[in-house]
Amino acid sequence: MGLIEAIILAVLAASTPLLLAATGELVTERAGVLNLGVEGMMIVGAACGFGGAWLSGSIIVGALCGIVAGVLMSLIFALMTLGLAVNQVATGLALTILGIGLSGLIGSRFVGEKISLAPHLYVPGLTDIPLIGRILFGEDAFVYLSLALVIGVWFFLYKTRAGLILRAAGDNHASAHALGYPVLRIRMFAVMFGGACAGLAGAYLPLAYTPFFIPGMTAGRGWIALALVVFASWLPGRLVIGAYLFGAVTILQLHAQGWGVGVPSQLMSALPYLATVIVLVLISRARTGGSTAPAALGTVFVPDR
Amino acid sequence: MLDSTPAALHTGAMPLLQTVGLTKRYGTFLANEAIDIDIWPQQIHALLGENGAGKSTLVKIIYGLIQPSEGEMRWQGEKMVLSGPSEARSRGIGMVFQHFSLFDNLTVAENVALGLDGKESFKDMSARLEEVSRVYGLPLDPRREVWQLSVGERQRIEIVRALMQNPKFLILDEPTAVLTPQEADQLFTVLDRLKAEGRAILYISHKLEEVKRLCDTATILRGGKKISTCNPKAETAASLARMMVGGEIRQVKAAANRQTTVPRLVVNDLSLAPDDPHGVRLQHISFELKGGEILGIAGVAGNGQDELFAALSGERLAQDPGTIVIDGQAAGHLSITQRRKLGAAFVPEERLGHGTAPRMRLSENALLTGHAASGMVRRGFINTAATLKTVDRTTETFDVRKAKRDPEAASLSGGNLQKFIVGREILRNPAVLVVSQPTWGVDAGAAAVIRQALLDLAASGAAVLVTSQDLDELAEITDRIAVMFHGHLSEPMATSEASREKLGLLMGGSTLEQKEAAHAVGA
Repeated sequence: MGLIEAIILAVLAASTPLLLAATGELVTERAGVLNLGVEGMMIVGAACGFGGAWLSGSIIVGALCGIVAGVLMSLIFALMTLGLAVNQVATGLALTILGIGLSGLIGSRFVGEKISLAPHLYVPGLTDIPLIGRILFGEDAFVYLSLALVIGVWFFLYKTRAGLILRAAGDNHASAHALGYPVLRIRMFAVMFGGACAGLAGAYLPLAYTPFFIPGMTAGRGWIALALVVFASWLPGRLVIGAYLFGAVTILQLHAQGWGVGVPSQLMSALPYLATVIVLVLISRARTGGSTAPAALGTVFVPDR
Repeated sequence: MLDSTPAALHTGAMPLLQTVGLTKRYGTFLANEAIDIDIWPQQIHALLGENGAGKSTLVKIIYGLIQPSEGEMRWQGEKMVLSGPSEARSRGIGMVFQHFSLFDNLTVAENVALGLDGKESFKDMSARLEEVSRVYGLPLDPRREVWQLSVGERQRIEIVRALMQNPKFLILDEPTAVLTPQEADQLFTVLDRLKAEGRAILYISHKLEEVKRLCDTATILRGGKKISTCNPKAETAASLARMMVGGEIRQVKAAANRQTTVPRLVVNDLSLAPDDPHGVRLQHISFELKGGEILGIAGVAGNGQDELFAALSGERLAQDPGTIVIDGQAAGHLSITQRRKLGAAFVPEERLGHGTAPRMRLSENALLTGHAASGMVRRGFINTAATLKTVDRTTETFDVRKAKRDPEAASLSGGNLQKFIVGREILRNPAVLVVSQPTWGVDAGAAAVIRQALLDLAASGAAVLVTSQDLDELAEITDRIAVMFHGHLSEPMATSEASREKLGLLMGGSTLEQKEAAHAVGA
């Protein structure tokens, strides 16, 4: 296996949790809800995912546990911000802090345990093709799932009526309500989808990336996922590019250290955020009108009865 | 296809919709109290009332957006309980909202699709959209995003969206408030056609002349109660207004011997690039405003009025100091506070958030514009007694009604807050007052107070610049009127010579565009 092939495989693995979490957050934000608790939902997903897999011996059960955990976390957020109309930013930050504590509690009995990682695809003939075989046909199921998910989200948002309604709720909740759409219910489902994706993204780490759980193992990936959604200017296609770009930066930073390149690792870790800021500036300069962000993003909606 | 003569509409013997004792209670407050209205097919029924009279609540109930506390609705004689707007739509009730229920970042076709029930494919819907807009003469490009469209076009989307449901009954909430007179005329043609097709229309408007001309029946609400149902054609605008207000409206009177003096506000060839992508570029604006004079600026919203206000008030600075001259002093480069010190005062369009800080008390809001030149601040400390005195003086002079002495700005009703803001500036005895939409969304009584105050201020020798979309208002109080279109300001003309037609053409940019075309050929 050549170095380049190894790097690409590593990049794909590092990018997948970013892509999963960001896809969920993109749908949430398209519905007009800003959930800053991605990191918290991810880390709880990681703890529960590992726990489920370790207890049952099944990667699938583990992944499902991660998803359920993410959804439950997101429901706390939904109850607060949609049910009680609490400020979304404050609630999201609180959710992350809660998640970090909760994951430590749940995961404490699993620390030091090991499982076998999710198997990689093997198609005789195809996977053996030099250079591209392992990259295209030798990934774990999560990698394919994450790509299918983005395509599914794109199709949902732009090709289905339900997707149009979701975008409408994120653009102007008052109008959507006036036309008779259940804004809060739409947003709740979007938040739950975001939670499910974040939980799965978190579970990916102990199930397919490193075969053990340690507290704080998400290491800021939830924040990168949030930045990624902005970087992608809320478009699913750009999300894929962004996720692989950010994944590549993470991996290159490791290799750069190995090669003795004199760039401080802290600067490299900051690159995704720097890139997001630069993209935001470019977007706002190039913009001819309209808003790239969902217009109602982060605003509280209370229907009158 | 749009079925233009639904057979069921020709029964005629029975009202299409009846409300019987419809009541809506919020706590102890009665927004609607036992309202009975009969809506007949093939009629345009006006709903009149001041702000807060309960018109919006009533139509929201009829459209299924809110549930009545008591009473019932009968649709073609049978009791009707609506679970929501989609059920209202499926029965044949359509609604065009005052504050459009559109989505800026979606296309016209997507916006229309959201107002339908989604039983047809997007492609079929788009085809039908083009057909309906052609049949009714309401041209629309389905692929454009809403933020690119003018207000008139946006309203067309709302109307086409409602028509695509083939409604038996259409509710329009103040549809002409934002239109040029010509656009309004086009709308009336469409409404007459809809009526001829047998549909019923409920028409909410403040413009009484328009109601008299268009409507067959009028129901007047006041304080949540129905005052009367009458034939508007048999009434006068004054008698309708009396029923709405429950008393005489004070006639606004200009002082007879008003003298114009020296120029107090001069704008010389002011051009300014917009600071946001949706903004309008101000192009070579020049005018001269003398003391004792009121100049009106008409125009459809979004043609540069906001930008002009920002440039005059100092929220944005002009490149060349000499482009704005206040009382003989070049002021284009001066800050808001410095301009206030020169004797200028400013009343922006938006009451909450621009004119006042909503969650701050009135005394604090008085301080926010008065700190520069009124002794409310001494050595950096606030003189609370002085700020409260300002509030009391404003309250007394301008009849501001409020629950306590010094409430939060947001707790006042629109009209009372506007009286406070205008009063706050006028009591500073400004040399120049720039005021934007002085009576927008303000009830008739408060509007009369504000207009009279502007006239009195001019009579005392100040120069007053009024931006308004309400041509009747401008006709009532101004001496000269100019029209703003695409960042250009027309030559001011004497108000006595400014016919609605002339203004309407300028508001649509006709003469200006011709001028530009000639210019382009010449160059």
